[in-house]
Amino acid sequence: MTFPIEAIVFLFLLATALAVTHLRDLFAAAMVFGVFSLLSAGLFTLMDAVDVAFTEAAVGAGISTVLILSTLALTDPREHQQPVRFAPVAVVLLVGAALVYGTLDMPYYGDPTAPIHKHVAPEYIEGAMTDFGIPNIVTNVLASYRGYDTLGETTVVLTATVGVMLLLGGLGGARHRGDAEVVEAAGDEEPTPMDRVQVARVSTTVLAPLIMLFGLYVQFHGDFGPGGGFQAGVIFASALILHGIVFGLSSLKRVVSPRFLEIGLAAGVLIYAGTGVASLFRDGTFLDYAVLDHHSAQHGRHLGILLVEAGVGITVTCAMVLIFFFFAGRRAAKSEEPGDRDRRVA
Amino acid sequence: MMFATAIVGILITMALALARALKGPTVFDRILAANMFGTKTILLIAAAGFLTGRPDWTDLALVYALVNFAGTVAVLKYVRFQDMAAGGE
Amino acid sequence: MVLFIEIASWLLLVGGAGFCIVGAIGLLRMPDLYSRTHAATITDTLGAGMVLVGLALQAGPNLTALKLLMVLAFLLYTSPVSGHALVKAAYSHGIKAELDVPIDPQQVQIPERPARDAPTDSARGKEGADDVSD
Repeated sequence: MTFPIEAIVFLFLLATALAVTHLRDLFAAAMVFGVFSLLSAGLFTLMDAVDVAFTEAAVGAGISTVLILSTLALTDPREHQQPVRFAPVAVVLLVGAALVYGTLDMPYYGDPTAPIHKHVAPEYIEGAMTDFGIPNIVTNVLASYRGYDTLGETTVVLTATVGVMLLLGGLGGARHRGDAEVVEAAGDEEPTPMDRVQVARVSTTVLAPLIMLFGLYVQFHGDFGPGGGFQAGVIFASALILHGIVFGLSSLKRVVSPRFLEIGLAAGVLIYAGTGVASLFRDGTFLDYAVLDHHSAQHGRHLGILLVEAGVGITVTCAMVLIFFFFAGRRAAKSEEPGDRDRRVA
Repeated sequence: MMFATAIVGILITMALALARALKGPTVFDRILAANMFGTKTILLIAAAGFLTGRPDWTDLALVYALVNFAGTVAVLKYVRFQDMAAGGE
Repeated sequence: MVLFIEIASWLLLVGGAGFCIVGAIGLLRMPDLYSRTHAATITDTLGAGMVLVGLALQAGPNLTALKLLMVLAFLLYTSPVSGHALVKAAYSHGIKAELDVPIDPQQVQIPERPARDAPTDSARGKEGADDVSD
């Protein structure tokens, strides 16, 4: 099959990207950007990067749209016309040309002699079945071979969320609980426009539990199919955020309190690092899961990956919902100002 | 072969929906086109899994079928929310 | 039996892709938002439905086929909801339907009749149902 599907999807991607830069109405740009996300997930799938596509799907379909729109509600939804300055354009063109020149030396797509396939990849691919007995190599690499990196990434999620909390909750110092109360108060004041949309309420009641169930499936099936802690966390958070969108922030606050989420955010990283410490106590190295089970190294590795992925999932869920809390809480506080919707529609 | 045929059809559909998303003219047209694009992406991913002989990729299509709803609801809340603020309710 | 499944999935896949293209042409060519919504719905119902069932037939009776049918079920559940909310939001924003202008009194009656006779004919019934829900 030599039909160039990838090339066509890539052309669509290019057209969409150009359109996003061209559009002045940022709400319209956000819609077209949603198409961009769909296309890139499709492209990842076509290029066999299913786990990456899975992440793009989970994040791009729901949460990134929610966050972009929350940002738009906080700021001006229209891009201001700025005079074209030539120095930045020249820099961008130069860097772009350099990058394109750099790709000329890169190995072809799917080339088996590419350096990346020579170094450690064969070891990982061999080890996936013999050491782990887990079909999804990506999960192995993320959670075990590259366990340190993933611990770092999870910590980055934690740090970034704390940064968002500090920025949007005000830089009022260490009173986190005070910040949470600000969000709660704003949530109470927020009018819930979806109250009047019975259809959305009923369908959310049906769908949100199904999304959560699917999130759990992705969490615990990540060893065998595409998925894992990051994706599951995002999917699980999508269900909670969907509830928050339709029933209002105050209702979501009754489901999961910001305090609970803050604890969960840190607890996930603690579970991850704690698994590493537990393996230290069993005379292994940090994050060496093989020692976690007395009888079988393979079982120990299964257990370790399960725990680590659970930690990632908890942290990502709490991070996403907390960020939503802070963005939407801000929006509710600002909602007194009437929006200029006419320009947006036109 | 049959999967390739279906994928070509889906790609044509995507191109037309993309044209509508870029043309507008109202924001609702773009939302409509983006929604339709989402459905077509689900179909493309499902069919591409069969084309490359790995049909277990349907998990990906399931994510879209479920999570896309959250995004759509967010968009429509954004639209209506502005309406509520302007109406002073 | 194998031949039957092959033929059936060929028909379903090609038919579904065809309905998708037809709906997309409608999305591009129809004059106003409401008629475009009408055109777009066919890609979510018949288009996606036929393609997904065709793929499920190829997968055979296993988990993949079940997942494909679940995808279809969720699509059939969510796409009317989002379509309904979209049109409602557009209407409350004062988007006018261009095809709304009654020129000929006889033409005014035509949209009402299929809505009442909807259950008798599936193809017209689809349109009638859409009109009622909008």
